[in-house]
Amino acid sequence: MQLYLPIADLPVNVFLILAMGAAVGFVSGMFGIGGGFLMTPLLIFIGIAPAVAVATVASHIAASSFSGALSYWRRRAIDPMLALILLGGAIAGTMLGVWTFTQLRALGQLDLLIALSYVVLLSGVGGAMFWEGLRAMRRARHGQVVPPRRSGGHGWIHGLPLKVRFKRSKIYLSAIPVVAIGLAIGFIGAIMGIGGGFILVPTLIYLLRIPTSTVIGTSMLLTLVTMTFATVLHAATNHLVDVVLALILMTGGVTGAQFGARAGQRIRGEHLRLLLGLLILAVGIRFAVELGIRPNDLYTLREITGGP
Amino acid sequence: MRRRATFPAMGLALLLSAAFVADDARAEHLIVSVSNHRVTVTSNYSGEELVLFGSIERDGNAAVPRSGYDLVVTVSGPRADMVTRRKERRFGIWVNADSREFLQVPSYLAAFANRPLDKIAPPDVLRRQQLGLNNVLLRQRVGPDYADVVTSDPFRRAFIRLRAEQGLYRENTSAVTFLTPTLFRTSIPLPAEVPIGTYTVGIKLLADGALVAKTETAFEIVKVGFEQFVATAARQHGLLYGVATACIGLMAGWMASIVFRRD
Repeated sequence: MQLYLPIADLPVNVFLILAMGAAVGFVSGMFGIGGGFLMTPLLIFIGIAPAVAVATVASHIAASSFSGALSYWRRRAIDPMLALILLGGAIAGTMLGVWTFTQLRALGQLDLLIALSYVVLLSGVGGAMFWEGLRAMRRARHGQVVPPRRSGGHGWIHGLPLKVRFKRSKIYLSAIPVVAIGLAIGFIGAIMGIGGGFILVPTLIYLLRIPTSTVIGTSMLLTLVTMTFATVLHAATNHLVDVVLALILMTGGVTGAQFGARAGQRIRGEHLRLLLGLLILAVGIRFAVELGIRPNDLYTLREITGGP
Repeated sequence: MRRRATFPAMGLALLLSAAFVADDARAEHLIVSVSNHRVTVTSNYSGEELVLFGSIERDGNAAVPRSGYDLVVTVSGPRADMVTRRKERRFGIWVNADSREFLQVPSYLAAFANRPLDKIAPPDVLRRQQLGLNNVLLRQRVGPDYADVVTSDPFRRAFIRLRAEQGLYRENTSAVTFLTPTLFRTSIPLPAEVPIGTYTVGIKLLADGALVAKTETAFEIVKVGFEQFVATAARQHGLLYGVATACIGLMAGWMASIVFRRD
């Protein structure tokens, strides 16, 4: 069934978009990530202008993360204090990112920077998660008892001042690294057009030693706020959010996310991390290959938006 | 049939035109019409094909040229700025190195003729009259200068090739058909991706390699109903539209969490 998109200005197959939304929603529900890093390239692949894709995906992520955040909230798996402090950093980071974005666009190498940061971030994060998952699995197979990591262990991070008590997460931690992480996520998100959940989740777990149980829900709340903000901002400044496309994506996405969340609870933690690591790594490698091999067509054509 | 019937008249006309060669040697004019002047884009729009009909009207006793008439129809869509980039290998990776901006070039461009362009007119006439994709003026910014470049320019060729791959630039030298020596038709295929806006159709009549008459018509592609409402809302009330979209998103998420609620 073909449907004409009023902002993207082209007809699409409704069932294809629904299926894409459901598939990405499943992944995002399963791992507690937004899934923007999967959805944006998919939409560009089916012919939607990159600017429209980035802007519209923001609203889709807002929808699926709201659905997820609600169910985590009911299970009391969100740390409001943690979310608030992260958000403070993220907003500052987003502003900084948007400013950098404008500066880089003037230099004309924005595409390269986006591709490079995809490669570095995705392969780095994906590789680390994959490796960690593999090690955990091997330990489990050899019957070794994994020493339960005490939340809020000791490290230089935990010696920093300005300590705040995060009640839900049951840790006592300095606000400085939390703000810094929020800042980095906001900055990266603004430049790459992603929510950043796939970076936030492992950082909070491994670097700050915050319990996984509150990390995923808190990350979803953060994604929800930043992506809702991004939707309104994109619509107000660039007029590129396609509400019809967003609605189809959401319908598929929220449904997929619910099934994904259930599937995620049935899989063991280290398997989950291994799978997510593989997925992120695969996308990273795809971008790396694209940079490394000679493209079929050396020329690319793009309409300069912001015309009449 | 018709040709044979007009043959004696043609002979007479030739004699006459030989006598009054100064004033009225060529007095053709064109009457054309597009099958639809207003293409409406609705939710099930998936491209359309228009038909252009036309007739060559000859004043008085003007003769049909011995080689017959030639027609070139050029359809050009709303203009936009575009940029073509070329990748090069630097430090082992492929990056955009060189780029050219094409300024206010047609977003849709089609050239239709009744026979190959090089048989219709000599290159200088084709160039002057902008007939065919290779001869249409595509203004570029090359450094500080504004100019169109030679047709063999790699950026210009890549630009036309990429637009053609999307079906937005096309050239067909057998698309114009003559139903009679003076009555012609051509179809204008509009793929689903064509931009919204006003399209001009330029029709040029040539005989013996020279332009004898030309006319212009236009049609528009417009969004109507819901599509128009959404597009206008997005453009004119961006903030409100964004808030509404965000609310729809939150509603969708909330409903899903209710529908699938288990606890």
